[in-house]
Amino acid sequence: MSLLSVDNLTLQFQTDEGLVTAVDNVSFGVEAGEVLGLVGESGSGKSVTAKSIMKLNPENAVYGDESRIALTLPDGPVDVFSLKTSREMEIVRGGSVSMIFQEPMASFAPAITIGDQMVEQLVLHKKISKKEAKEWSIEMLARVGISDARRRFDQYAFQLSGGMRQRAMIAMALSTNPKLLIADEPTTALDVTIQAQVIDLMKDLVREYGMGIVFITHDLGVIAQTADKVAVMYLGKLVEYGAVRDVIRNPIHPYTQGLLKALPRLDDLDAPLIPVPGDIPSPLERPTGCVFHTRCPMAEPACAQQVPTRRNFGAGHSAACLVAGGGGV
Amino acid sequence: MSDFVIEADQLSVHYPIGGSLFGPKPVVRAVEKVSLSIPRGSFFGLVGESGSGKTTFGRALLRAAPISDGYVGYKDGEVQYDLAKLTKTELKDYRKRAQLIFQDPYAALSPRMTVRDIIAEPLEVMGITTTREETDARVREIAAKCRLNLEHLRRFPHAFSGGQRQRISIARALVANPRFVVADESVAALDVSIQADVLNLLKSLQAELGLTFLFISHDLSVVAHTCDHVAVMYLGRLVETAPTRSLFTAPRHPYTKALLSAIPSLDPDDTGRAQRLEGEIPSPTDPPPGCKFNTRCPHATDQCRSEEPQLASAAPEHQVACHRWQELFETVPA
Repeated sequence: MSLLSVDNLTLQFQTDEGLVTAVDNVSFGVEAGEVLGLVGESGSGKSVTAKSIMKLNPENAVYGDESRIALTLPDGPVDVFSLKTSREMEIVRGGSVSMIFQEPMASFAPAITIGDQMVEQLVLHKKISKKEAKEWSIEMLARVGISDARRRFDQYAFQLSGGMRQRAMIAMALSTNPKLLIADEPTTALDVTIQAQVIDLMKDLVREYGMGIVFITHDLGVIAQTADKVAVMYLGKLVEYGAVRDVIRNPIHPYTQGLLKALPRLDDLDAPLIPVPGDIPSPLERPTGCVFHTRCPMAEPACAQQVPTRRNFGAGHSAACLVAGGGGV
Repeated sequence: MSDFVIEADQLSVHYPIGGSLFGPKPVVRAVEKVSLSIPRGSFFGLVGESGSGKTTFGRALLRAAPISDGYVGYKDGEVQYDLAKLTKTELKDYRKRAQLIFQDPYAALSPRMTVRDIIAEPLEVMGITTTREETDARVREIAAKCRLNLEHLRRFPHAFSGGQRQRISIARALVANPRFVVADESVAALDVSIQADVLNLLKSLQAELGLTFLFISHDLSVVAHTCDHVAVMYLGRLVETAPTRSLFTAPRHPYTKALLSAIPSLDPDDTGRAQRLEGEIPSPTDPPPGCKFNTRCPHATDQCRSEEPQLASAAPEHQVACHRWQELFETVPA
């Protein structure tokens, strides 16, 4: 059994304009010690997919009947959707599953010291004394490369620089020794030199702690540097899935191909930037058939009617496209 | 003899910060003694991390940040301005000639104005057009150039996607027919699939209208693909400037090299860990003595910690401010 398995996840939001589909029949798994990169643009549903794992979506979220999210933990399997009380949900909210957010300034409480926030969650999840929790927190802060950790422990989030805050965030998320870590754009708000440091740190920590990671980002370069497997999402659909080298070097889905062509690359300064034509449709006007057909250069008439299922194009490499790879319609 | 639209000589922008009643007032040296010339018709890139002073420098060129010291000249045909000493009428005229495109297309457009009114506003404020017909004609002309659907001019911004909004921002910046445009992180808020489209639009407008662009960005790969010249700033100082190809194929400054190696490569087997920078950019209120980069530079010596390097020519049009660039260039691969 995989550490995390998401099966047929469908998620809609009840809004004034009716039901809006955010995630449409998405399935994937994550093994222990594996980094899954979840890549997509605004509105692709990558963040709400990850939040479903922690049941963090707002009240108006409606999950499909077939949807299932399961965790295989040392203490036995957990069916996430069957968790009801906040006590039960502790296991996916900081217990065995931790999350790192994009904007660390917004994620730390501004009027409580970094140390007190770390101790609070440790006492809650690990049932240890405050004194032990403090020593452990300082050790974690030092482990993620924060110098003078003992002093930082007593500081507030605003006293730390951006890179330092993100390190503290990582230390806090890892201090409960989670089996699964969800990182939602953890380096997007950082400068490139700091991003490179944080990426190196996360890679070292995966090797050391062996947890599974769902790494959400819009940046294919960051994916290439961190992930083992990649899931590409577009408008709530998982359009391509595979090992990172296969997906980046041999993309199958026209959307993945388009993303790679639109990306400015440093190894070829003369390559023209080819945009993916058109705009991402509004979630209120979801295209029929294949959701990408309105922007797809390879679209055929059938693409507007038939919803493609994921087909295999090699070991563990699949894409949801009717036309790609000479599949024929 | 090159033709420059903007010539900055030892330009400094200092902001006062609170201090004691006595003694000299402390200042933040956001931009310190930057000399940079922007050739006419160029797409000039300015890169650096947060706190490098790139935005402040761009704003000083638009007279939207105070020029504390130094000289900035603007030249276009017969018109020549010393930007630090503009009279009121001259400043009014300069506002028509120099424009800014903002970063966030969601924040930059008033939600209560139609697209037509947003684009028309500069014309009305600056009194460029006198009749409604004239204004409308000009708005439609620039909107078409920015590939906006003319049917949509009566809609409000909320109806548009990020890419369309940024095209509206561009149309507003260009409607008064400026000669010099500062684009500050103008594609940073856009998705990759849309970003390429806006970059291509900016490039084609530049060629069509004969504009000069200062393109401010933190993203070196975007700059590499769009700009013909690039300047790199660090902690308010200009550390390297060169034609794009020269900068990306033969960077001289250790900071430029580190920036380039920090960009995550699309090749999973190329981790580039060798040139990782330690630490973070120091606070501009308390910059280190000597070379501002010495606290993070793997090659810093005692000289770097005491004496600030000056820009020196390293190759044609390629300048670098580093005491050790020459020996490092010969011994350390880029």
